[in-house]
Amino acid sequence: MRFETPRFKQAAVVALHDERLRTALARSRVGFIGHREAAVEALPEFEQLRDTAAQIKDHVLDHLDYYLQRYEQAVVAAGGKVHWAHSDEEAQRIIVDICRAADAKVITKGKSMVSEEIGLNDALIAAGYEVVETDLGEYIIQLAKEPPSHIVGPALHKTREQVTALFAEHHGRARKETVAELVTEAREMLRDKFFRADVGITGGNFLIAETGTSVIVTNEGNGDLTQTLPRVHIVTSGIERVLPSLDDLPVFLRLLARSATGQDTETYTTLSTGPRRAGDPDGPEEYHVVLVDNGRSQMLGSRFRKMLRCIRCGACMNHCPVYGSVGGHAYGWVYPGPMGAVLTPIYQGLKDSYDLPNACTLNGRCQSVCPVKIPLPEMLRELRHLQHVERMGPRLQRHALAVWRFVASQPWLYRIAEKLATTTLARLGGPKRRVHKLPFAEGWTQSRDLPAPAGSTFLSQVPRSKRA
Amino acid sequence: MTEAPRVGLFATCLMNVFRPNLGHATLHLLELAGCVVEVPTAQTCCGQPAYNSGDFDGTRVLAKQVIRQFERYDYVVGPSGSCMATIRKDYPRLFDDEPDWRRRAEALAAKAHELISFLLDVRGLKLDDVAFDGTATYHDSCSGLRELGVKQQPRELLAMVRGLQLKEMRDPEVCCGFGGTFCVKYPEISTRIVDDKLADIASTGADTVLGGDLGCLMNIAGRAAREGKALRVFHAAEVLAGMADGPGLGGEDAGKGKAG
Repeated sequence: MRFETPRFKQAAVVALHDERLRTALARSRVGFIGHREAAVEALPEFEQLRDTAAQIKDHVLDHLDYYLQRYEQAVVAAGGKVHWAHSDEEAQRIIVDICRAADAKVITKGKSMVSEEIGLNDALIAAGYEVVETDLGEYIIQLAKEPPSHIVGPALHKTREQVTALFAEHHGRARKETVAELVTEAREMLRDKFFRADVGITGGNFLIAETGTSVIVTNEGNGDLTQTLPRVHIVTSGIERVLPSLDDLPVFLRLLARSATGQDTETYTTLSTGPRRAGDPDGPEEYHVVLVDNGRSQMLGSRFRKMLRCIRCGACMNHCPVYGSVGGHAYGWVYPGPMGAVLTPIYQGLKDSYDLPNACTLNGRCQSVCPVKIPLPEMLRELRHLQHVERMGPRLQRHALAVWRFVASQPWLYRIAEKLATTTLARLGGPKRRVHKLPFAEGWTQSRDLPAPAGSTFLSQVPRSKRA
Repeated sequence: MTEAPRVGLFATCLMNVFRPNLGHATLHLLELAGCVVEVPTAQTCCGQPAYNSGDFDGTRVLAKQVIRQFERYDYVVGPSGSCMATIRKDYPRLFDDEPDWRRRAEALAAKAHELISFLLDVRGLKLDDVAFDGTATYHDSCSGLRELGVKQQPRELLAMVRGLQLKEMRDPEVCCGFGGTFCVKYPEISTRIVDDKLADIASTGADTVLGGDLGCLMNIAGRAAREGKALRVFHAAEVLAGMADGPGLGGEDAGKGKAG
């Protein structure tokens, strides 16, 4: 996937003027926030589950090498194979090689953010394969040749009207106006692909070390057809998605469904362990797992370790006012919203991703809804710290901060500065006491008035008897 | 009866320059709640702008200044969830490498309070002679809400104000788009967020917006003024102190009241 983050500011402004995007975002925001809230209210132990999940994740991260080895042993014991990919390119190569060995032509895919992260579709298409996304949202954006704008609802930025036009153009059938008709048509188009697919690639929401099981949750059942019908099933997953045992799974399934879509449980939760065994009614002949590092083990040893708790539910972006304003594409890479604002600079560099940690009000709602309690604002601030130390960002801003910092550390100077500010602003405000244009802070006055001060500071008005 | 606690009033930067009336309201309410109040006049800023810009060294300089000025009081109280959360939550984190300062930061953090929650939770303040004529909606400022748990306290106290009707927004907990320097660095995004907030405010039918942080309130008031929307904006403490009879933030001087 192309990396467009350096153009965040421009992309954000374009997005803000896109009325259809605004409609789509407003609709989804109301749904996501409301549904999650209702689901959480109906589960009194939700807060406890968050604590438990964070503890389990931290335990796994403390012993990640151990659990990954156990997982590999269990996969092998079940007749599967584990491949270790250090980088995105290595992961692409491994998967292309598996497809080649299987003499594949058609490849179906379930929704997987890791596959977006490693740029898998482009690599497979370049190697000559027909690749079909089977998740409805992914299918839509594949037709539109767009990246996902949300990690759970990849086509969330599209309105129904846009999908109608897209299907009519690509399917060559009569225009379908209702959601039900559109879904039916997509199913019909996908059915043939499911039957013809040689390889099915899915993500892995969770990997179970004890049993070598990969777990996916979907609402459309497309994941099941992707992983049971073809001869070869490939699971792609980040190395951090492993859980110790099946006993740990329910904690995460309960949190994930409620946090992501406000459901008590997703419609399909599918556990697969190895290839088809004698007597199994269905299943693949080969079962591969590609475990992707791609920077994760470095994160493990850094101050951003807790980010590896992430279970990709999307709650942070659903509750983020910035994401809700500009949508996912403005973020310019695979992961948008607060979790993306942490991950993108780590993966793609602090300088090129300068805006992401900064384009945040630090309101903290993301952290308050995160099912695994990742301190996202703290991490964004930590990234700002690294940028500050490296002297990144607009020079004027850095100098203004340095001057302000010096003045604020000298109370006598600060008194003079605030007196100057107070009288100047009072004069600029005039009788209406509103400043329309502010030198040095036009960002404020381009769309807002500044309520002007009355003329003297509070400290200068404090009665002598109360001063200290 | 125990001795009256000594409170150091933390005069936030925005209050000091833009809204002295809020300072007087804060003083009045703290005294009403039985405190002996002092205002250290050498105070400057809690350091949050530096902290949120990633300048942790600069923050430490300012934090030490605040600790020195306020550690002698029983409490340090200010009319801002944002500044007080910086002192209460962030200061102790800053001094991992300076154990002595860490101890002092923790001691100050433990007695640092946002004004409205302090009045109710610590002092159990009751109001009986305050009135405000209007229908208001309350914006939950993010730092106060999520870091300090300020949610019910302003509503409980405002319920004691005669004539004041409170109507809740659909989502009072969503950010207003201020975000400190965010609103200047990313003005277009900030404007969209505050427009969404204003739309939610409008849907309540309230004529007044109240809140606990001047940053958010100036953002809301400034956008409303630019858009020509008639909206009165006050810090909740001004209403609780009976000192909201003058113009609100960004409101015109109507020649009455004593604001400023």
